[in-house]
This record gives sequence, structure tokens and C-alpha cells, in this order.
Amino acid sequence: MPTQKDFDQFGVYIHIPFCHHRCDYCSFATWTDRHHVIDHYMRALDTDIKRNVAAGMPAVNTVFIGGGTPTLVRPESLMACLAQLPLVAGAEVTVECNPDDVTDAMMATYSDGGVNRISMGVQSMTAHVLASLGRTHNLANVQSAVESVRGSGIPALNLDLIYGAVGETLDDWRYTVQQAIELSPTHVSAYGLTVEPGTPLAREPHRHPDDDDQADKYIIVDDILRSAGLANYEISNWARPGYECRHNLLYWRQGNYTGFGCAAHSHADGRRWWNVRTPERYIEAVDTNSPTEASGETLDAVTQKREALELSLRTSDGVPVGALDLKALEGLAEVVGERIVLTQRGRLLGNEVSLRLY
Amino acid sequence: MELSKIRNFSIIAHIDHGKSTLSDRILELTGAVDAREMREQYLDSMDLERERGITIKAQNVRVDWKGHVMHLIDTPGHVDFGYEVSRSLAACEGVVLVVDAAQGIEAQTLANCYLALENNLEIVAVLNKIDLPAADPDRYAMEIETVLGIPAEEILRISAKTGDGVPELLDAIIARIPAPTGDPNAPLQALIFDSQYDQYRGVVSSVRVMQGRMKSGIRVQFMQARNIHESLEIGVRRPVPTPVAELGPGEVGYLIAGIKDVAQARSGETVTTALLPATEALSGYRDPKPMVFCGLYPIDGDDFENLRESLEKLRLNDASVTYEPESSGALGFGFRCGFLGLLHMEIVKERLEREFDLSLIATAPSVAYKILRTDGGVEIVDNPADLPLPQNIASIEEPYFKVNIITPKDFTGTLMDLCQSKRGEMLKLEYLSPERVELHYAIPLGEVVIDFFDQMKSRTQGYASLDYELDGYRPSDLVRVDLLLNGLPADAFSTIVHRDKAFDYGRRMCAKLKLLIPRQMFDVPIQAAIGSKVLARETVKAKRKDVLAKCYGGDITRKRKLLEKQKEGKKKMKAIGRVEVPGDVFISALKLDD
Repeated sequence: MPTQKDFDQFGVYIHIPFCHHRCDYCSFATWTDRHHVIDHYMRALDTDIKRNVAAGMPAVNTVFIGGGTPTLVRPESLMACLAQLPLVAGAEVTVECNPDDVTDAMMATYSDGGVNRISMGVQSMTAHVLASLGRTHNLANVQSAVESVRGSGIPALNLDLIYGAVGETLDDWRYTVQQAIELSPTHVSAYGLTVEPGTPLAREPHRHPDDDDQADKYIIVDDILRSAGLANYEISNWARPGYECRHNLLYWRQGNYTGFGCAAHSHADGRRWWNVRTPERYIEAVDTNSPTEASGETLDAVTQKREALELSLRTSDGVPVGALDLKALEGLAEVVGERIVLTQRGRLLGNEVSLRLY
Repeated sequence: MELSKIRNFSIIAHIDHGKSTLSDRILELTGAVDAREMREQYLDSMDLERERGITIKAQNVRVDWKGHVMHLIDTPGHVDFGYEVSRSLAACEGVVLVVDAAQGIEAQTLANCYLALENNLEIVAVLNKIDLPAADPDRYAMEIETVLGIPAEEILRISAKTGDGVPELLDAIIARIPAPTGDPNAPLQALIFDSQYDQYRGVVSSVRVMQGRMKSGIRVQFMQARNIHESLEIGVRRPVPTPVAELGPGEVGYLIAGIKDVAQARSGETVTTALLPATEALSGYRDPKPMVFCGLYPIDGDDFENLRESLEKLRLNDASVTYEPESSGALGFGFRCGFLGLLHMEIVKERLEREFDLSLIATAPSVAYKILRTDGGVEIVDNPADLPLPQNIASIEEPYFKVNIITPKDFTGTLMDLCQSKRGEMLKLEYLSPERVELHYAIPLGEVVIDFFDQMKSRTQGYASLDYELDGYRPSDLVRVDLLLNGLPADAFSTIVHRDKAFDYGRRMCAKLKLLIPRQMFDVPIQAAIGSKVLARETVKAKRKDVLAKCYGGDITRKRKLLEKQKEGKKKMKAIGRVEVPGDVFISALKLDD
């Protein structure tokens, strides 16, 4: 696993705010009715990136193109944006993919453009759970999408899974995780379904996940993945050794990153800011050469330090001995070397532990 | 000022019958407040009053109407504040009785009307909300005639909302309510009917001059508090405070006398001049008498001194709160506080938290019991934890209330069931009209303060109303039910209940606490017991998951703020042993439906 020196690394996030269909648990900045602005949006991204490079953007260690649905955009225009970035040799470049959109040709274009990591939105392997999540993709497509990734030579593959939808049994979930293992991913992200305010899901309490059920499912996924050789390195993330997502580690190590596109977040040395929320406003800002930033905050030294601990506690880096009183934590954390690291039970009660950080 | 040109009146109304709206309209119509400055519930100055839609502190305002000066005295609107109402009425010659034309007269309104009649006040009755489709003014005019003997044809019909009929009401006030009397040359007798503390000016008292003249810059004597102060400023509220040189008989205004504590200028106090004092004080003064008691403890033990100072400051503004230090095994150091009623208790806790930035936990409320000891001694116990050992108790007596309920007759049965379940004894049932019944019961105060009011409201869809007064002590078979959290007795949560109800109380309390105590990192058993005998048990299962699934670039700020909020939330939790309990757990438990 990469070490602390990642603090010096620099990342770029590119947001593609378009989707075929909106999942009813999703609160991200995405739109299903703005396809007509895609071309204009991609040109704005291109311009925005060029301006930042010209203004002295540092060399880029990691890139994450997410959304929304990046695969909804022509691969060539995505790769054209990517080509503007001053990448270091060996940079990690991830694209989030919808299995329904993935083709051999698309993956070949990605691979040629420098993409070396695909994150696939699988969510579940059982049809009724997918339906209950409001997802429409076809299960057979997952298999063929994975084959396309493999055929292109892209080496790293993450599968995104979600647990806790209404009607999902423990066996359904076990089946999903096992099917995921069959696809030999290098990385799995498994997220407990979260009710975000303002989403359709939020308005239907009978579909809200149960904490105890999600705890059981967390233990299931952790146990299965661990025995399949994927180690947990952040609360919701597991990887084969050496395949941890360096871009996400950069977030958790309070590294600097610049976000491009609407609603994208950025961070530089204790200042965090975020862009205007809609694609139209982003396009307008870029076209008129005005700031894309909507708002931001500057952390004081104390808050910055506490945030660093809160983030690090989520990962297998843990926090320094002395940042927590182990005695009061009753098996939620343990000492590993010089660090205090969450146990499986502690990862489930991460907030409770976080609140006790000095 | 010429006495014949003065009218002093108060508005008596049930909650929601339109008192504040009518006050707003009067202020507008008389030009006291122009439309630009108008806001709803103008006279309810505390945020809490607006939020809850009730008046807690009395206000007064001077308006001009057709060559007359009118003083509108706004009175508190809850049964907890009966004494304050009686003092406000003592400052008036008449009242405007406001009755909702769709609902009819309510018990507390009726009680205040009787109070007005006893004080020989003229009643101008109005039916409000005649613009409502459900209004039935003919029917309720008849009812008022039957109950109060006010001829139906004299009852005005208005809409405070639209302003319809309000000018005629003002004319009727001048025509029907008598002008005040009083000798301007007699020694000064001025009645204080409310005092509020202002951090810049000290105590500002509302006063009504009965005899003599009150002047600024003279030495005045407070006859009950036995103190002498200087009248630094006197004035009238229009509603903007406007200083005047003197107030004569019949006039209502305010007095600032450099007083730092409202307990020195209580409602009912008589102010006279130090030089030539009146021979006797005005009648009707009463020391405030707390009815309900609870412990208030700081969530953070280090805040004990802050709480003491805050209580001192709060008492500058609310002399009816009593407090003395106490300690509890479960909660540490805090104060035993006395309140006029449950609403008052809630308001005080909320004000301490809002205005003094404290986080508090309130214990289960209690009334004051009279303990007759085997050695012949008598003690008053308002904290169940202080109950002597059973072998030292000969008998326990509990306070009773005489409760009057007015209800549409269809709810008579369900209300009788309720009163019975609260160990009530029926004294009388009378028909006010073919449709409405007044029930008279004697009910133990301990039962009334718990959830009687809310239950009555829910059983009658809000149609019944209530009034009560203290009715002495009676012996009862009472026991103390203790609560154990995680196996440890939480002394502060003990309650005294009737033996027959102990089991039911214990079972319900455990069930409610199970809902109100958040899941902890371990199982928390909750038990109710009498002595070593466990009556009921519930378990709050250990929390297993609280973590947020995702924390990427765009989530970091939000996540950090969420944790900060949770940290703040934790500060509102009191640790009892290892168990974290919300500060309002008992107030919430009382409100929770079964």
C-alpha cells in the first residue's frame, strides 16, 4: 500500500453531470434532461483545464473521472480533456463506467488515452434488488463489460456494490458479493445504502435501510472479500495489495486536488471550495472567464488537524497512538504498530469513534 | 388626566380565540403602530411566546380613541399563570371577553370571567371569527347569556382578522366600561401587575395608579418587599416607551426604579411614596406558590456555577421560579426548582438553555408531598429521592386540585373515564346549556401535572378546556417507583405514585424511555422497581452501525460538519453511569402518547 508521502501528491477530479436515468437514492449533481448541453460542457471542461494548466497546475499523480455517467459522453472528447493534463509517469487514471454503456471500442479508446483503472457501477447482482434500488441495468452486461475492460488491457478494475435496499436478504447480498468475486476485480467498494435528504428514497420511509441489517451485511462483505484476498483499507473499500485507489487515498490523506466541472470540489492546503452546481452555470462561468467557484471555506489549524484525523481514522492508516483513548473504546479500535486502527466493529461505529478523537 | 376620559381593560380569551389578533387590530386602528411596523402578535415580545402562540408575560399599551385614553392590558394565556391574570385584572375596570364564534366559551375563560365578576369588572362580550364558515354566533351568544347572564343582544360580533366590528368594539368599551376612580390628592397607591428585567435598565414594572400621583425623581416605597427606591423614570407605552412626569389615578404605565431583581417588584406589589406613605397596601398580594418541582442539572458538571448564575438572572425576570441546590448520585450537582405548572417548567428550562446557552437535564417532575413520620414529625418532600425510609413513614398525604372541565356533552363519558383513571373524585356535573357540560372533580395534583391536560385535549379533539385550583392535602397509599439504568439506580428519576398504579407506571415509563434513550455502544437495560422488587424491564439494544458509507472529495466538508453537529448533540446528553441520556428525556416521556 502507498505510504504517507502521498500527502505530496496532486489529484484531479473531472465531473460529468449527465445520466440516462436518475437512481432514486442519488443526491449527486447529475441531470437526465441536459444531453443537449454535453458538447458545450465538454468544451468548457477543456477550456477550464487548459487555463488551469497555463496558470501553473502541478504535475498530476491521480485522475478520477466520475459523475454522473462519464460513459454517456463520447470517449474521444473525454480523452481530449485528459490529454490536457500534465500527468506524471505512472499516474493513476480512473473512469467510472455504467456497464450498459461499455463496449470494446470505448475501452480501447480509454486505454489508448491513458486510462488504467475502471470503476464499474454494479450495485447488486440480483434483479429484484436492482429494481428496488431504481437501477435499470442488465446483469448480463456486467459480465460483458468486464470482458471489454480485460480485453483492452486496462489493469485495474473496481466494482461498486450497494447493500441495504428494501427486500434484499442476507443471502441476496452474499450472492452479490460472491458473484462480484467471480469477476476477479482488483478492488471492491461496498456502500451501505444511505438516505440522502431530498431524494425520492427519502420520502419513502418503508424503504429506508435498517442499521442492524446493514451491520450484518458489512460483516458478510468484509469476511468474503478478505478471504478472497482483498484487504479492507478504508471503511467501504477493499483491494488486492497494491491496487488501493491512490486518488481516494489522496482525499483521505488531506492531499491537494482540483475539481473540474459543475459541483466539483477542490482542496489546496486547508482551503476547500466547490463549483457552481448546474452544468449551465459552469458553462457560462467558463465562457465568460469568470470564477467557477460557488463557495468555499478555509480551515483553521485546529480544524484542519481534526479533519486529518477524522479522515485518516477511516483508513487502515489509522491515527497516531495518543489521538484516542483506547480504554474507553471497548474493542472498537486496536494498536497496530505506532497507530490506532479501527477493528471491524469499530469501522461500523466509525462516527462514535471519531467523536472521541482528541 | 381627567378620570372620565380613561378606560382600562384587559382581554380575556382562550388560546387561539384571537386575543393577539385583536390586540394587533386595536394597535393598528388607533394608530399606535402603523401598518409598516406591524408584525403579528405585536405584544408577544419573547420568541417563545410567538412560537407557542401564548402570552407568558403581561404587556400593556396606551392607545387613543375618540378623545379617550385607553389602556389595554394583555394577560398571560395559560392556566399555570392564574395569579398573574388576577393581578392584571385588578388593574382594570372592565374586560373584553373574546369567544370564538365557532367554538364557544372555554373553562379557563369562564374562570377568568368569574374572576372579573368577583372584582366587579364590567364585561364586554364579543364573538370573534364571524368570518369563519363554521361560525355559529347565535348559538354561542345564547350560551354566553345562559352562563354569564350577559344579554345575547349586547354581545358584539367581530372579526379581529378582517377588522370588521373592531371600531364598534372600541366605542362599546368607552360606553360600557366605567372610568376609573381615585383621589389624586390621597397618598400614592400604585399596583404593580407585572415586572420584567431589562439588562440595561433593570426592572421595568407595569403599574396602575389607584390613588395619588406617581412622579419621577421621588423616593418610592415597595410595601410588600419593604424597600425604598428612587423612581428614575415613569412613562407610558404607546407602545414605544415614552417618559412622562407623572401618572395620576387610573393611569397605567411603567416604572423604573433601579431595581435589579423582579422579586423586589412582584406582581401584586403596592408602590407608595416614601415621604407620605399610604397606610395600607392594596389587597390581593400573594407570594408565588410553586406547584411542580423538578431537578435541573447541567449536562456538563462544570456548568454548575453557570447554572446558578443563570437561575439568578432568570429569576430577575421571573420571580415565580424557586430554586435551591441539591445533589444526586446519578446527576451530580444541580438545583431543585419549583414552577407554577408543567408548561412553566418547560418554558423555564427552554429559556435557560436558549438565553444562557446551557444544556440541562430535567428530572421527573414531582409535586410536594406531606410526610407524617412515625415519630410524629411532619415534612414536606418535593423530591422523591428525599422520601424517608418506609419504616419511618406513618402516612403520606398528597395535594389535590379542584378541577373544572367544560366540554361538549358527547365527551362527558370519555372525560369521566380519564378523571377516574387519574384517581379523580366527582364533585358535580352540571349542564351549562343543552350542548355543554361542566365537570367538577377533585384530582390529585400529581396526576394532573403528568399528562392530564394533553390527554384531555386528545380525547376531546381539543374541545374541552380546564381550570383548576388547589384543594388541600389528603392521605393516599403512595409508593416510590425507582428507575434503574444499566443496573444502576438513577435516583433523580424516581417518582411517587399511587400503589395501584405503580406497576402500570413502571411498565409505561420503561417503554417510553426505551424509545427516548438513543442506542449506545452496549445493551442498556431499563428497569422500574419498588425497593428491590422489579416491576418492568426493557432493553435498549446496542448500536451496531453509525458510520457514513462514503467520504470522497465532495463529502469531506459535509462529513466534518456532520461530526461537529453530532459532537454538539452529545453535549446535550447527560452521562448517567455509562449511559448517555437526552436532557429532555422526562419532559418528552410525559408528552409521548402510549
